[in-house]
Amino acid sequence: MLSIIIFHLNKLILKDVIIMKKQEYVEYVENRAKKSPLIKDCFFAFAFGGIICIIGQIFRDLYQYLGINDKDAGTLASITLIFIACLLTGLGVFDNIAKIAGAGTLVPITGFANAISSQAIDTKSEGYVLGVGAKMFTIAGPVIVFATLSGTIYGVIYYFCTLIWG
Amino acid sequence: MDIFFKYLIVFVVGGVFCVVAQIIIDKTKLTPARTLVLYVCAGVFLSAIGVYKPLAEFAGAGATVPLTGFGHLIAEGVREAVDEKGLLGALTGGLSATAGGIAAAIVFGFIASLIFSSKPKK
Repeated sequence: MLSIIIFHLNKLILKDVIIMKKQEYVEYVENRAKKSPLIKDCFFAFAFGGIICIIGQIFRDLYQYLGINDKDAGTLASITLIFIACLLTGLGVFDNIAKIAGAGTLVPITGFANAISSQAIDTKSEGYVLGVGAKMFTIAGPVIVFATLSGTIYGVIYYFCTLIWG
Repeated sequence: MDIFFKYLIVFVVGGVFCVVAQIIIDKTKLTPARTLVLYVCAGVFLSAIGVYKPLAEFAGAGATVPLTGFGHLIAEGVREAVDEKGLLGALTGGLSATAGGIAAAIVFGFIASLIFSSKPKK
C-alpha cells in the first residue's frame, strides 16, 4: 500500500519537474531566439546602411568636385546608387547582401531601386506591358503614392499657413 | 581629420536610420514595404516641421540617402513650388523634385529586365 502511494507521489513530482523543465526550456529558447538575432540584425543594418550612405556621400563629393552644383550632385549621387543597386540585383548579388544587411540595404534608396528592378526581372516572363511595366511598382508604387499624398497634404497646409501669416 | 569626422557622421546617422527600421521590422509585424511607406511619410512630416533640413545639412548623405530623405525631397519641392506658384505647387512640387530618382529607378529597372533573367531561388 505504502509503496503504491510513494510510487504515485514520485510520478506526480516527476511530472512537475518535467513540466517545469519544459517551461524553462521554452523560455530559454524564446530568449535565445528573440534576443540574439535582433542585436545581430541591428549591427549588420547599422554597418551596411552606414556604408551605403558613405558611398553616396563619396559620389556627391566627387560630382561637386567636378563642378556640379550641390542639389544636382545630390540627385546624381542618388541616381548612381540606384544604378549600382539595379546592376547588383540583375547579377543576383543584391539578394545575398540583403539577407545579411536586412534594413541596411532596404532603407537607403538602394532598397527602392532593388524593389523595382527585382520585380521587373521576375515578371519578365509575363510580358513587358502587363508583366514588367505593371508589376515593377508592386512595392515601389505604394511608396510613391503615399509620398505624393503626404506631400500634397503638406503643400495645402503650407499654402494656407502662408495665406494667414504671410 | 575634418573629412574623417564628416564621413563618420554620415556613417552613424545613416546607420541609425537603418537600425530603427530593423527594430520596427523585427519587433512589429510591419512588412518591409510598409516600413518603406512609413519612412517616406515620416520624412515628409519631419521636413514639414523643419527638423529634417538641419539634419540633412549636418549629416549629408547620411540623411538624404535613406528613404526619409526621399520624403524630405518631396516636402522641400512642394514648399518651393507653393512659394512660386501658389496652391498648384502642392501638386507639382513633390514629383518634380524626385523625378530624377524615380525615372532612374524605372529606366535602370527596365534595362535590367532586358538584360538579366530571374535566377531560381534557393
